[in-house]
Amino acid sequence: MTNKQRYDKVFMEALTLQPEDLNDALVYNSVAAWDSVGHMSMMAALETEFDIMMETDDIIDFSSYTKGMEILAKYEVQF
Amino acid sequence: MNFYDGMERYGSAVAFTEEDGALYTYAQLAAAADAFSASVPDRGLVFLLADNSLDAVTGYIGCLRARVPAALLAGGIPSEQLANLLAAYRPNYLWLPRGRAAETPNAVEVYAKGGYVLLSTGAEPLRAHNDLALLMTTSGSTGSAKFVRLSCGNVAANAASIAAYLNIAGEDRAITTLPMHYVFGLSVINSHLQAGARIALTDASLMEKRFWEQVKAQRSTSLSGVPYTYELLKRLHWERMKLPDLKMLTQAGGKLSAALVAEFAEHCRQKGIRFYVMYGAAEATARMAYLPPQLALEKPGSIGVPIPGGELWIEDENGNAITRSGVVGELFYRGPNVSLGYAQRREDLALGDERGCVLATGDLALRDADGVYSIVGRKSRFVKLFGNRVNLEDVEQLLRGAGIDCACAGDDSLLRIYITNPALSDDAVAAAQRLTQLHPSAFRSCVIDCIPRNAAGKIIYAELP
Repeated sequence: MTNKQRYDKVFMEALTLQPEDLNDALVYNSVAAWDSVGHMSMMAALETEFDIMMETDDIIDFSSYTKGMEILAKYEVQF
Repeated sequence: MNFYDGMERYGSAVAFTEEDGALYTYAQLAAAADAFSASVPDRGLVFLLADNSLDAVTGYIGCLRARVPAALLAGGIPSEQLANLLAAYRPNYLWLPRGRAAETPNAVEVYAKGGYVLLSTGAEPLRAHNDLALLMTTSGSTGSAKFVRLSCGNVAANAASIAAYLNIAGEDRAITTLPMHYVFGLSVINSHLQAGARIALTDASLMEKRFWEQVKAQRSTSLSGVPYTYELLKRLHWERMKLPDLKMLTQAGGKLSAALVAEFAEHCRQKGIRFYVMYGAAEATARMAYLPPQLALEKPGSIGVPIPGGELWIEDENGNAITRSGVVGELFYRGPNVSLGYAQRREDLALGDERGCVLATGDLALRDADGVYSIVGRKSRFVKLFGNRVNLEDVEQLLRGAGIDCACAGDDSLLRIYITNPALSDDAVAAAQRLTQLHPSAFRSCVIDCIPRNAAGKIIYAELP
């Protein structure tokens, strides 16, 4: 699996979404499952999936599907 | 003087700020609140759909100052739930975001401010008890029409007590981490208004950058949270965040694990932050006990000592006070913040004080030799039928095992079996009789539409008829 596929899988599992839901319009609170609870579990799942430890600023800056890829790039997860 | 009537004494000090920079001084808040309540001249019931905004706060303070009973509801309450409450209580007014005005098409707009409108429903005049101030939902009342009835005195007394034990002062600056329709969220607001302190209003969660930007911009001195908030803070490595103004953390709304209490207590000790673990209930306005910060490290599983003006004690099954330390019994509280009682419908708003300042918490607790209390569990549900101790939980399990879906409740004279299938009425009593070997007159089956359950599927016994 590519990093993009792994990233998408975490999103779909953590927020119970379909592939067509993953786009630029997917932002924090735009779907019911992406609230503070969903956010926390998704951050934990990403850390496990990519074996990284994210900084606080990155966790609270992780405000959209697109932004998330920029943030993960800092942890040498390339898309 | 109580915080809402005496608001003017803080004059030009800032009471509330919003994220966009809008603010109210205490004098402006008092004036706006009185302008609002001038449109509610008849002491009718107000449904207040509260998000954390200046407009919602204006309506809330307006109602308190004018002695208008108000039910605090979530700004985003689902339409269906709102419709149920409207039917049960027939409020005379609604104060709500303009976007929701269309949900009550027959109501007439009588006042508007900011993003909120006041609608008059034309309901008949309200017969409410003179002391009634607020109707608050309890943790168990999601989706039902049950409210806790709070008096003006309840609200004032709890705010003053909390402000005193937390040492809240005029220079303190809180930020809303919880919605104001939730008793803990409201108590944070009330106790800060009591002290002339400042409150930043936000609907952002701790997981949003927007929230932390507010904390920095407003130089917030305290954060309040439920156990889940503390899990978020831990996850965010809050101890590494630069929060130079933070002086206090408070926790309530459920039991935080002793391990997390100890962890937070240690970080707070190192940083010179006061960390308060607290205990309460909507039935006591909000707060009944708190654990002084110096004890959080020593006794991380405790709820601490009664709040100023309150009293805690433990009773055995026979209603006798347990005076020895280390013995478990039901925790009782006495204080001026104990609510008047519950309401299930509009007519109940005429009821007076049903509790006499005493609350049986339903929690099992013990007191240690230092006078510090700990909760050890929930009271088991027992009844004594003909002198025989019967565990309602057991009867329920046995009946379910016999294929009868039910909930059991009752008192020492009668055990009621709530079922949804009328055809099983006689079978339920016969099965209970057979299983307990007690006389059938000790049991009665009651047929209801559905057994009330919470989101987790647990039966909400308080909602059984």
